[in-house]
Amino acid sequence: MHWYHILSIKQKQVVWAWTFLSIPVLFFTVIRFYPTFGAVLLSFQDWNLLGSKTWAGLENYQRLISDPVFWKVFSNTFIYLLLGTPISLVISFMIAYNLDKVNFLHVTIRAMYFLPFMTSAVAMAWLWRWFYQPVPIGLFNNILSSLGISQFPFLNSTFSALPSVLAPAVWAGLGFQIIIFMAGLRSIPQSYYEAAQIDGVGSWTILREITLPLLKPTIVFLVVFSSIGFLRIFDQVFNMTTNDPGGPLNSTKPLVLMIYDTAFNGFDMGYAAAQTVVLFTILLIVSLFQLYIMRER
Amino acid sequence: MSDIGIKASATSLNAAKPYNYNKRMEPARVIRWTILFLGGVVMVMPIVFMLSTSFKWPHEIYNLMIIPDDPTIENYTYVLEDGRFYKWFINSLIVATITTISAVIFDSLVGYTLCKFRFRGRMIVFVAILSTLMIPTEMLVIPWYLMARDFGWLNSYWGIMFPGVITAFGTFLMKQFFESVPDDFLEAARIDGLNEFQIWWTVAMPLVTPAISALAIFVFLGNWTAFIWPLIVTNDPALYTIPVGLTTFSVEQNVEWELIMTGAALATIPTLIVFLVFQRYIIRGVVMTGLKG
Repeated sequence: MHWYHILSIKQKQVVWAWTFLSIPVLFFTVIRFYPTFGAVLLSFQDWNLLGSKTWAGLENYQRLISDPVFWKVFSNTFIYLLLGTPISLVISFMIAYNLDKVNFLHVTIRAMYFLPFMTSAVAMAWLWRWFYQPVPIGLFNNILSSLGISQFPFLNSTFSALPSVLAPAVWAGLGFQIIIFMAGLRSIPQSYYEAAQIDGVGSWTILREITLPLLKPTIVFLVVFSSIGFLRIFDQVFNMTTNDPGGPLNSTKPLVLMIYDTAFNGFDMGYAAAQTVVLFTILLIVSLFQLYIMRER
Repeated sequence: MSDIGIKASATSLNAAKPYNYNKRMEPARVIRWTILFLGGVVMVMPIVFMLSTSFKWPHEIYNLMIIPDDPTIENYTYVLEDGRFYKWFINSLIVATITTISAVIFDSLVGYTLCKFRFRGRMIVFVAILSTLMIPTEMLVIPWYLMARDFGWLNSYWGIMFPGVITAFGTFLMKQFFESVPDDFLEAARIDGLNEFQIWWTVAMPLVTPAISALAIFVFLGNWTAFIWPLIVTNDPALYTIPVGLTTFSVEQNVEWELIMTGAALATIPTLIVFLVFQRYIIRGVVMTGLKG
């Protein structure tokens, strides 16, 4: 350690900094960056996991474009996003906006909304799958039949299966969004509201002209956060459709399930890697959208 | 007079303000409270039905009653006698605990270094780590699988844990929180003769304990419920985590929903208890990470 003592304070700091960073830098290089390039490289190759890799050029991507299942999956993935994000954000905002004004049992009610966030998606997928069963098993159809309403197919129809898979994901995510919205609402200075009150502005105008504009950072964060979540949906679909993954007729299959299937059931590694590159590109666009929207801040 | 009027109307906008007793029983407020409360009941209902069904006999699961007519712990006895749930529970506990400890230590060490040290390459390291947030796990599972296969990590705890032992999100979060630690404190410790490692561990870390607990809760919950990677990296039932085990178990049970609900309840109860005990800390943690992250 003789060399250490002749260093200046500044040089010692540099030595410490790189000592602290050595393992993490190695980790991020080997476990994040190297595999990313590995996935991109693999997307230009053809490999069944056993034989040798062969160069395929853009073949995997051409195959994707001409694969009707891929386009079905691609549109499903966006339907999850386009249904899930607005629905969950509108509901969670309405709850947060009103819960913010409630004192009595505030903490208890907040806890009731947050509780589903603490569950595992796998357990909840099986729970909801039970709800969706036909009579006499499923809870929802039992309630419908006790009210004299005819049965609903839920997971068994190509029309209603996707929303049925989405529902538990929205339900479980609400608590998180409500908490973030309430924190955003609390961060708006009270003086803005007081000024509006003096001017005699109605509560609807206050909401539109003060609350929502000042909540923009919170809203953008939640839009991007939940969009990324819905674009990556997998656990719920995998567990609610185990007898026919992504079914019926691929109507619930999201991109991540197609990736999983292609790679670990079909062992078509190059083709699966090309699908992951598509997923990466979509998520990158969403993240860049956030940066673009927030640029003026 | 007008001052009082402003305060009274501001009460309805901020729950933190004291009650206005004249307005307390206003019908609009009662209706708002009732709707919110009923909404909350609807939110917890699925979990209540899961727990209720796990105490029902097979012929009773069609019954919409929340309290079973003839409650039984038979389902729990059956599921636990199987023995696999213990194993999966222990696996999840080991994996989530070790990953959490590792992530908390490394994330704060990196966050601290990037926040409090000045050296060439600092920005590059920071931006590089931050950019990995853009790379979805799903893109990496194929290369990780190949890596795990080549190194013999399939079907091992390390195989399940290695992708998560350091997180980019936690690093970013801790860097943000270390901004609030005054440099004077660190300088004083330096003059007292502490080395940089001691300064980080004994001076800086205790000042950010709320952030550490928030990060720990998130990493633990994330690992406890993680599904796709454990599903890929393990095919030996002895090494399954709870979510992967629950999937296998439920597929086996086919239509025995009371047993599936018991398995789901066993997977859910631990985190629910943790939430009920540490509710305030968890909510605060969500707010802190959500706003800083």
